[in-house]
Amino acid sequence: MATKNIMIVGVGGQGTLLASKLLGYVLLGQGYDVKVSEVHGMSQRGGSVVTYVRFGERVYSPVIDKGEADFIISFEQLEAARWLEYLKPGGRIVVNTQKMEPMPVIIGETEYPDGLVEKMQAAGAQVDAEDFLAVAEAAGSPKAVNIALMGRLSAYFPEIAEEEWQRAIEACVPPKFLELNKRAFEMGRQRS
Amino acid sequence: MRELMLGNKALARGLYEAGCAVISSYPGTPSTEITEEAAKYDEIYCEWAPNEKVALEVAHGASLGGVRSACAMKHVGLNVAADPLFTISYQGLNAGLVVCVADDPGMHSSQNEQDSRHYALAAKIPMLEPSDSEEARTFAKRAFEISEQFNTPVLIRMCTRVSHSQSVVEPQERKVPQQVPYVKDPSKVMMTVNARNAHVRVEQRTLDLAAYAEHCDLNRVEMGDTSLGIITSSTSYQYAREVFGDGASILKLGMVYPLPEKLILDFAAKVDRVIVLEELDPFLENYCRQLGLRVSGKDIFPICGEFSQNLVRSCMGLKTPETVRIDDSIPGRPPVMCAGCPHRGIFYILKKNKCMVYGDIGCYTLGAVAPLNAMDLNVCMGASCSGLHGFNLAMGREGEKHSVGVIGDSTFIHSGMTGITDISYNMTNSTVIILDNSITGMTGHQQNPTTGKNLRGEPAGKVDLESLCRALGFDRVRVVDPYDLDQVDRVLKEELETEAPSVIISRRPCVMIKGTVHNPPLEPKEDKCVGCKACMQIGCPAVSVRDGKVRIDRTLCIGCKVCTQMCKFGALE
Repeated sequence: MATKNIMIVGVGGQGTLLASKLLGYVLLGQGYDVKVSEVHGMSQRGGSVVTYVRFGERVYSPVIDKGEADFIISFEQLEAARWLEYLKPGGRIVVNTQKMEPMPVIIGETEYPDGLVEKMQAAGAQVDAEDFLAVAEAAGSPKAVNIALMGRLSAYFPEIAEEEWQRAIEACVPPKFLELNKRAFEMGRQRS
Repeated sequence: MRELMLGNKALARGLYEAGCAVISSYPGTPSTEITEEAAKYDEIYCEWAPNEKVALEVAHGASLGGVRSACAMKHVGLNVAADPLFTISYQGLNAGLVVCVADDPGMHSSQNEQDSRHYALAAKIPMLEPSDSEEARTFAKRAFEISEQFNTPVLIRMCTRVSHSQSVVEPQERKVPQQVPYVKDPSKVMMTVNARNAHVRVEQRTLDLAAYAEHCDLNRVEMGDTSLGIITSSTSYQYAREVFGDGASILKLGMVYPLPEKLILDFAAKVDRVIVLEELDPFLENYCRQLGLRVSGKDIFPICGEFSQNLVRSCMGLKTPETVRIDDSIPGRPPVMCAGCPHRGIFYILKKNKCMVYGDIGCYTLGAVAPLNAMDLNVCMGASCSGLHGFNLAMGREGEKHSVGVIGDSTFIHSGMTGITDISYNMTNSTVIILDNSITGMTGHQQNPTTGKNLRGEPAGKVDLESLCRALGFDRVRVVDPYDLDQVDRVLKEELETEAPSVIISRRPCVMIKGTVHNPPLEPKEDKCVGCKACMQIGCPAVSVRDGKVRIDRTLCIGCKVCTQMCKFGALE
């Protein structure tokens, strides 16, 4: 099997690290070689963050480069557009339509671009856009947006049984938040 | 059992399996998790030292006491630890000593892009370089063996992509060697004759290690197509395999100092053309050239920045993949100080007073970015204090009245204390602000000597900053609450005017520390807001103005009320 590439992008503090932990856990359980790569430190202070997840028979590079991603999971609209170049032509991008204004927009230096979802579609990406913040809130907490997004990603991997994901959630999430996250996963998995 | 492990965690696992008993470190991205993960094993004593020099001396002391020991630091930390490093290389050990250093090509979280391999050469210390997590684990154990076999500290060089990538490892059991008895040996005192003899021993040791490098399994040849031979190490090896697969032959070096002359020459003889693929400086390449080999390296690959598979492809004239793109210019998203960060008010007041601000290393370096733009300079840990003193020597009284140094609590203990001692001893009327947020913030919330807790969060000794500064010769030590802008402004003005050296301690815990009390988010009063955007000058991510009215992001706001003090119309009470 050729190596598959999934990128998780978002804003520092949105919980991308837990999402990648979950994904890594599931993929390892499938017997794949897996690499998960992210940068800690400065960018986690509200900056743009990215995690690379690669799996296959044998994975070498820990990072995904431009034009290589089969999937991008974006926790925020602007970040989806920022990392779009990393998508393969015909690749799929799952977008949380939530908007978080970066500091240059907040202080009026520049504007948050309009119509990003449509533009990404027009550029040839397969876009699956939804307000996952609303999904997470409906599940019980806006903080579960990461797991709701993982729920949607899981829908694109029919070969991986849903129980595998549930088991991974149990392994990666503190017991206190287990029910909430299982609910968010389930609601994210169902396309509205 | 197969496990997905962060490179730093795998390195910690390797230290654990090797029976390492003492680890002393100073946090620094991307090295921090090595020590944090090691601390999860009860069998290893782990501590945060005040700085890297102290950490290395502690680890060496433990080695002399007879147990395997280690320390971990980022690349610039090794500069701080360089003094003991060079002489420990001479003096030798009792039990194994491993020094882990993490470089940051691409400077994701660093102020320079130095290549630590030069330290191996300069200090004549062997250096191992893992290319993934499993190698990090196994190399840690090999490092202890080499350390004890050759009586030398061993450097393990990580880089961001090895430290912060997870890959599959297969952990093994811990084996603890017997403690080596301490025996007094007069030749261990490093002065004249002893040091001269030690140097001779070190030169012979380097020859012995080079011979070892020829045959050890840390270095390996992977023959493929012989039209191209690639000499490489670390994460560059992964990019080489990613791009070329079996379409090239590879000499993968796990030990990058000393280098195996014969192995390299034999490899080069088997292939038509040799390239050296390495991030940062031409370290391996220069050695190859020294051997008289005609190789390509920095003539085609950059010295600056990180590599990736596309970079290797384009430098080699290969096609890079097609991409998907849109034409919009995408606004940047630089990191910002958190909502409620106690540093924000300080930087606002410094900007208002048009101060020259000599900054330092930590979260507060973000005081340099828009809209605060309140930091003029920074260099390295502690330079805010000593650099300010020098600046004021040149600028005189006018400089003293308009300049400050700002430094965090942990950085102050690391190397600000010596700088302020120069201020009090050699008498400039400089003003240093210690931003005491009760934690080492930027590296992910580590305890330090001012917090009263040790690495594991247990009660520990506590340095009292006020008493310390007084003891170092400062009669004027003021404490302010950074949420109280008027107080900060008043005290700052007084201390800048005063003809005496002074320290202002700005005290508020980091809002991200568990247990810091947050107030309810503010409820802006729309009818009172005139849309003047005065509240926007502090650059809080929770505050924005939309359709002429102030908005508060309730998920971010912690009710610090710094913005409240910016509003003349009472819209943010």
